[in-house]
Amino acid sequence: MAKMIKLWVDNIEVEVQEGTTILDAAKETGKKIPTLCYHKDLAPSSNCGVCVVEIEGTKGTKRACSTPAWAGMKVITNSKKLRELRKTLVEMMLADHDVVCPTCEQNNKCELQDLAYLLGVDDKRIPKVLQKKPLDLKSFSIVRDPNKCISCGRCLTVCQDIQTVHALTINGRGFEGTITTPFDKGMADSPCVNCGQCTVYCPVGALHEKSDIDNVWDQLLDKDKYVVVQEAPAIRATLGEEFGMDPEEVTVGKMYAALRRLGFDRIFDTNFSADLTIMEEGTELINRIKNGGKLPLITSCSPGWIKFSETYFPNLAENISTCKSPQQMFGTLVKTYFAEKEGIDPAKICSVSIMPCTAKKFEANRPEMRDSGYQDVDYVITTREFIKMIKEAGIDFKNLPEEKADDIMGKYTGAATIFGATGGVMEAAVRTAVAILSGEEMADVNITALRGMEGIKEASLTIPLKEGGELPVNVAVVHGLGNARKLMEKVESGEKQYHFIEVMACPGGCVGGGGQPYNSTIADRARRGQSLYKEDAKLTLRCSHHNDEVIKCYEDFLDAPNSHKAHKLLHTNYFERCKITGDTIKETTSKH
Amino acid sequence: MYKQIFNKYSPEKENLIYILHEIQDNHPQQYISEDAVTEVSEYINVPRAHIYGVLTFYTMFSTKPRGKNIIRLCESPPCFLKGSENILKKLRETLDLGLNKTTKDGMFTLELCACLGVCGNAPVMMINEDVYGNLTEDKIDTIINKIKGEAK
Repeated sequence: MAKMIKLWVDNIEVEVQEGTTILDAAKETGKKIPTLCYHKDLAPSSNCGVCVVEIEGTKGTKRACSTPAWAGMKVITNSKKLRELRKTLVEMMLADHDVVCPTCEQNNKCELQDLAYLLGVDDKRIPKVLQKKPLDLKSFSIVRDPNKCISCGRCLTVCQDIQTVHALTINGRGFEGTITTPFDKGMADSPCVNCGQCTVYCPVGALHEKSDIDNVWDQLLDKDKYVVVQEAPAIRATLGEEFGMDPEEVTVGKMYAALRRLGFDRIFDTNFSADLTIMEEGTELINRIKNGGKLPLITSCSPGWIKFSETYFPNLAENISTCKSPQQMFGTLVKTYFAEKEGIDPAKICSVSIMPCTAKKFEANRPEMRDSGYQDVDYVITTREFIKMIKEAGIDFKNLPEEKADDIMGKYTGAATIFGATGGVMEAAVRTAVAILSGEEMADVNITALRGMEGIKEASLTIPLKEGGELPVNVAVVHGLGNARKLMEKVESGEKQYHFIEVMACPGGCVGGGGQPYNSTIADRARRGQSLYKEDAKLTLRCSHHNDEVIKCYEDFLDAPNSHKAHKLLHTNYFERCKITGDTIKETTSKH
Repeated sequence: MYKQIFNKYSPEKENLIYILHEIQDNHPQQYISEDAVTEVSEYINVPRAHIYGVLTFYTMFSTKPRGKNIIRLCESPPCFLKGSENILKKLRETLDLGLNKTTKDGMFTLELCACLGVCGNAPVMMINEDVYGNLTEDKIDTIINKIKGEAK
């Protein structure tokens, strides 16, 4: 039991555990000290100085975010001096900030905008010192606008400490210090894996996705184009919170209705291809176990993880499932299976996907993702872009009717829904693998050991075999690339042995993706994950092999899981990448 | 390429600054190239991003090729009060050179630096390892001409 200490914040007595910061102690008294660089998910960097407080009996000021409270401390959070200090700090930031609020991606969400308004700062008092620098636009996924950066350092903390990618750094120091990539080469020529966590934690509009909204509108408004859309599982667990609904509500029907009103010609669902992924990946796993193939098998759904593994773990290339991600399986099938069935010229099809992810934009542009004979997925928009389009179109999302997805690639099971949460792919795969191996359906398909926000989860399962005997299977689930790095180092050294590992690049899995609403906290991610598990529990069909549209797709088109045709269309290969530029060096596995 | 330097230091993060200094001092153009950063990164297992941050934090390091003689004029307040601005202007004119630039013949690079610790002799500058104090515009001509003369 930690020691409790007593202190006073603005004359209000409060008791907290020893080691609690002044900021958190103040929160206990119902007071939020203004902050800017501080974020509760990240270690405090004390960069901005906005959270300054005075302490009776001591000189100067202390930063509340990083100063632990001590017994008997008397904290003053508001005084003339503190107000002046905070105002000046924000005024200085604005003097070096491209203040273009109305057109900024973070308008109405920006923490600097909020603070400037609340503190009542005078944005003209300090003359403008901003020297405009060019935007970093070369990445498929992320735009970096140095003119908006306030050097708070959140992106650095996320990129370096949580994701261990080290694509960003500080060039210079003091006023001249700017956050950039090593040698100012730009995100596209850095080790950046496009996970987009920097965009989620950026408090201003300095980091955001490269928008495809205009491209998607152009396609929707082009009468000659047949525009088909897919939406990732995580999207439906997020839309509610952005449209003033119960954040726990999963909004599948309204999501379809909104897409129809935006003018998409065919509304499908990535959940369909998530089920398909389980058929392919589950079969791959069983074959590898039975035939002495390379183990552990590692999932391949997360494009941030794939680029990370290609960069840092090229020796594990043969361990990674050859399955394309659900997005890319879907893209290939739209321009082959769907086009063939409906008699539509695939050249006229525009395939759009809505993803909680910035790395999906990079994935869709990978040169090998053209097995349909065309670019399989034409445009990827993030959850944030989708929300913006709904708002631009004036759609009253909250009051939309519940509608259904369209036939042949719109049905899904609960196994697909949970893909959006960390552990979901593993759980879905186990449900189907057990049914195939034992010849019997699982009595209880809930595998709770694989759920939740713990960084690395492990489970040992015993699967009864239909031919008699049992198969012990060890699995691990990891989310966040820092955790993935730790686990993969142990796998490479042989310290840890598993049959199957699920990796998601973003903390929390796709519900915490880099394309999700700005400032998605760990708590938000956990809640969205829970919503997906609840949605799964409500569904009658909860195992991918029960998806009748997937079964029909095999019967009519793909033959069988892992068939020659399935391999040709739904599987891919990997490369080794340069740790400096991220460029491909050589193939590590060959195609098909 | 830097094997000889690496051999002197164990591959630990703490040795980063020493290694970088030695690489820079041994380079004819007195800078640390991108390739050097890559090699150091691999040797001590520290990300390139981190090393680049260190390199740009300290003004003594350069990521760009520099001249044979590096002029570092102090820009701290005591030197400023004693007229370092005029000295800078004079240096720029004499050498026909912009700040942080190198003359075409590779002889001089002009930089500003933080306090050199000899404020009693302000304004002060360093050329390579030598300190020059109580600077006047006339002195600048003499100093530069002397270095140019020695090079001949």
